[in-house]
Amino acid sequence: MAAIEVGKEPASIDVKSLLARQGIFIAFVLFMIGFGIFSDKFLSPENLLTVLRQSAIIGVMAVGVTVVVLSGNLDLSVGSMLSFGTVMVVDLHDKLGATPAIGIMLIAVLVLGAVNGFLIGFLKLNSLIVTLGMLSAIQGLTLIYSGGKNVDVADQETTWFAIFGRGDILGVATPIVIFAVLAVIMHIVMSRTPYGRRIYAVGGNATAAVFSGIRRNRVVFSTYLISAFCTGIAAIILGSRVMGSQNNVGQGYELLVLAGVILGGTSLLGGSGNILKTVLGVLILGFIQNGLLLLGFPYFAQWIVTWVVIILAVWLDVAAKRGRLLSPIA
Amino acid sequence: MSISNPTLQLVGIVKTFPGVRALDDVNFDVQPGEVHALLGENGAGKSTLMKVLAGMYQPDGGKIVIDGSPVVMRTPLEAKQSGVILIHQELSLAEEMTVAENVFLGELPKKRFGLVDWKTLHQRVYVILNKLNCDFEPTTPVDSLSIAKKQMVEIARALTHDAKVVIFDEPTASLTDQEKVVLFDVIRDLQADGVGIVYISHRMEEIFHLSNRISVLRDGTYRGTLMTAETNEDEVTQLMIGRSLSYERLHEHVETGDVALSVENLSCGKLYQDVSFEVRTGEVVGFYGLVGAGRTEIAETLFGLRKPTSGQIHLQGKAVDINSPVEAIQFGLSLVPENRKEQGLVLAMSCRDNMTLPQIDALTTGPFVSGTEELKIYNTYHDQLEIKTPSWRQPVQNLSGGNQQKIVIGKWLGMHPKVLIVDEPTRGIDVGSKSEIHNLLRKLAKSGYAVVVISSEMPEVLHVSDRIVAMYNGRVMREFTSDEVTEDNLIQAISGLSDNNLKVA
Amino acid sequence: MSDIAAQKKPNVALNWIIRNPIWVFVAIIFIFFSFASEYFFDAQNMKNLLVQTSTIGLIALGMTLVMINGNIDLSVGATLALAASLAVSIMGWPMFDSWGNWQMLPAVAAGLLSGIVLGAVNGFIVWKTGVDAFIVTLGAMLGVRGLVFVYTEEQSFYAANFAYSDFGSSSIGPVPTLALLFILCAVAAHILLSRTVHGRNTYAVGGNREAAVNAGIRVGPNMVINFMIVGFFAALAGITLSTQMGASTPNLGRDYELWTITAVVLGGTKLTGGAGNIIGTFGGVLAIGILRNGMNLMQVPAFYVLVILGVILIAVLYLDKQLNRKGEEELRL
Repeated sequence: MAAIEVGKEPASIDVKSLLARQGIFIAFVLFMIGFGIFSDKFLSPENLLTVLRQSAIIGVMAVGVTVVVLSGNLDLSVGSMLSFGTVMVVDLHDKLGATPAIGIMLIAVLVLGAVNGFLIGFLKLNSLIVTLGMLSAIQGLTLIYSGGKNVDVADQETTWFAIFGRGDILGVATPIVIFAVLAVIMHIVMSRTPYGRRIYAVGGNATAAVFSGIRRNRVVFSTYLISAFCTGIAAIILGSRVMGSQNNVGQGYELLVLAGVILGGTSLLGGSGNILKTVLGVLILGFIQNGLLLLGFPYFAQWIVTWVVIILAVWLDVAAKRGRLLSPIA
Repeated sequence: MSISNPTLQLVGIVKTFPGVRALDDVNFDVQPGEVHALLGENGAGKSTLMKVLAGMYQPDGGKIVIDGSPVVMRTPLEAKQSGVILIHQELSLAEEMTVAENVFLGELPKKRFGLVDWKTLHQRVYVILNKLNCDFEPTTPVDSLSIAKKQMVEIARALTHDAKVVIFDEPTASLTDQEKVVLFDVIRDLQADGVGIVYISHRMEEIFHLSNRISVLRDGTYRGTLMTAETNEDEVTQLMIGRSLSYERLHEHVETGDVALSVENLSCGKLYQDVSFEVRTGEVVGFYGLVGAGRTEIAETLFGLRKPTSGQIHLQGKAVDINSPVEAIQFGLSLVPENRKEQGLVLAMSCRDNMTLPQIDALTTGPFVSGTEELKIYNTYHDQLEIKTPSWRQPVQNLSGGNQQKIVIGKWLGMHPKVLIVDEPTRGIDVGSKSEIHNLLRKLAKSGYAVVVISSEMPEVLHVSDRIVAMYNGRVMREFTSDEVTEDNLIQAISGLSDNNLKVA
Repeated sequence: MSDIAAQKKPNVALNWIIRNPIWVFVAIIFIFFSFASEYFFDAQNMKNLLVQTSTIGLIALGMTLVMINGNIDLSVGATLALAASLAVSIMGWPMFDSWGNWQMLPAVAAGLLSGIVLGAVNGFIVWKTGVDAFIVTLGAMLGVRGLVFVYTEEQSFYAANFAYSDFGSSSIGPVPTLALLFILCAVAAHILLSRTVHGRNTYAVGGNREAAVNAGIRVGPNMVINFMIVGFFAALAGITLSTQMGASTPNLGRDYELWTITAVVLGGTKLTGGAGNIIGTFGGVLAIGILRNGMNLMQVPAFYVLVILGVILIAVLYLDKQLNRKGEEELRL
């Protein structure tokens, strides 16, 4: 029937496709207005900047994970990797100084990403299970590295390392700047470069991509390097902000990150979505948390709301694509 | 045979989809004990009609009558309970389960506490398998069976109910000749038991071999019913496509150039062995054979997707080793793959992006993709191939099969290959676009490409090729020039049969 | 038909091993640790092993059903915590003070019910919205954990009735009660999956959903029931775990979804659905339990167990891929 499908009636589709394409943005605006009505602090510039800063770590990671998801895979190992990176950079800071600490940590994290990428890109193993295994393995590596002890930076006041988590650039908190710069760069890479095009092609249809002369395995491999690199950056921000680290500091981050990506509307099947949507998704998570706190709800109420919001968001997306609200499953 | 008392009768069936009238006032009936063939081009509405019959679609108008009383079949299960059973083209079995479980899928006999009554189940299935002369057991896991045997499992499923009508949808698409004989026997047995058979197929010779009557659909409308004994292929074809199909050959004796591609004694394990041929610039070489004869696998090897176990490939006289599509493309090879949707296109991507995908690295200004460069390429082939689409932004999934295929072809023309391999160029494409693509392939050869066309449709191969390589069971049986080839000797070559065996057509 | 059975007999053992390779691994590590540590092959340690295994084991039973169905449930850890918190706190409600040991009854009932309800909610959402189970239960994993934190106000609860924690350390004859409970549940789950119509339909739905629909199997209810079963087992695991501790904490069961999925995949259940069984899952759970227990006895720090488990999970995936290769049929994609 594909032959004749061109002639769909356009009227009903406009609303639907608008909802499908811009639904997340509309939801975002509604959220902001809603919270703004109930709390006068919510829309104040200081509060908005606070939310942005608090969202930066998850946001930076989500940028990397979005690239992985766009190519049709998952990365559940980023939470463990964040623990690993944070523990390592904080530990090495006092031993070697800030610059070598950052350099060595980024290399170590990229190696872990390369392991993910090799297993998933070149050996073509299932990404869910591989990164699940890596989640466990990296958690173990972190504990082995630290001997199970927490680490911290001895001299927290004078080190320039503080700039990443505590400092600001032109009056804007550094984490926000890093998040913004990374998101913009990656958005441009994904939307404007041949490399980005290849990622979309691999995520959209890996077989067709190979048949078009794209080296699927290399593309997939590279997405895990990007994801690992972003997580390394997040570890620098986190380490610098806290100036110390527990071994399990990143536990559960993989899910919050994925929640942001999904909320943004990037399809877990790959090939559809983009970085800016993810930024919106992460910000919505941040504003839910902040807004609920301002309204006096307990801290973890945000998770309950996130639950509902994620399912509603994806449901609307799915429903718009199939053209009916409920699934046709008997 | 009386035509007075149909088991199943469809009267004035209408089915619309958004923007499309897929079935328009279709009438159809099946007598007990007859084989009623249903014919039509792709997109003529056969599969829609079949889904209406099987309870998968609800008709928007008309009625379905079984044994004289009108019925409504809201689900496949209700259809089954009314005695109408569909044998799917793409087999619909749970692979990890046993034969018996699949036969009674959804209706496993129960004991107390919801436990499965295995004894009853296996006994009942055993009886059915015996009746079908199957050599496997109720407890055999389905995933260990061949496709033909899996089909028998589906047929066995039909026999669990008091089947009044059994619908076969392209049942022989992936069967060997021996397996076909077995299937035809089973169909005759069903017929003898008074079951009405609806037989959907493209293969004219099978239809004339099996059926009592032939009904034809075209563009969703009913075009008439013919008694098989009183008609011939020409009449049926005319009904199907609205004109007589010409076997006129497109090829002319062109000046062929140098050898662009030559293959010597190429083998790939059990897939194909000892294959040699050459293709010159300016000519179209057709590869004809049954599904599974090894044609597609050769193309995949040439495109670097399979590693040959032995043999040598020469391009422009140079021995080459092709290890990946990337290398193949660098050597000037392009492949329009067999399965457009799975291998040829990223369906959610726009027309332009699909077309420029292989050369995207070259279409840049600085580090960025240049939209203007891309559009230049797109427009060139959009015009040259006469692709019909509202805009380059259109995701290719919204295009018709013919236009999708042109996008894939355009994608490769943009790479200016020396050798263009086209696997099943017109599968699933309507008649009009078919001849456009045929003409296009000829034109490409004339303009200096070396073209290889792989096809399972004989008219197509005869139509476009200068030479034809006939394959059977992984081997090249014979190479024909256009002068020596006839339908008869071609069929002989690709069926691996000697003259005294069952001769089709 | 009897001659068929006879002719197949010699292959039964071999077939069984091919279908459940995890048991070979279980046997190897069992023998290894028996030699490597003098404490391993010891009655008391075997009891410990079974009790330690039972928590993940119970959840894994339900997870097997859901994964054969072609779905996944990431919310089991949170469900476990909610059931444990409910059970332990409700037991202490003043209204049940006069009930004596019976005060445990409404507590346990509420805990189990919460699991079943959450499972039903997950299943119903998957069914009606058509959103992938991974996303639905990922949301629930966060949301239910949020419920736990809000309900408990981030506090731990201690069991008001000592009989509750006595149950956790009790034995029936030589066998610890919790181990026995796990084994009974495993047998029940095995029968459910291999012998009942619901169980067989579970395979059909995961193996070929379209075929199942066409055959008239009600796919939605089948999936909902399996989500309810995994919810029940997660809640049961929460209750048995809290009886062992005599308490519940809001962080209980963190990462358990990962351990459970690891065990189930080790046991041979396919992520794509349609294949797997309880015997394999039991092996997968035991393999993890023996590794943790044995390495603990050999005084390998727990850190290494995490690494080794991750490596084994990936190795199993790799081996499975190699074993199932179609050889030359496969394209180099």
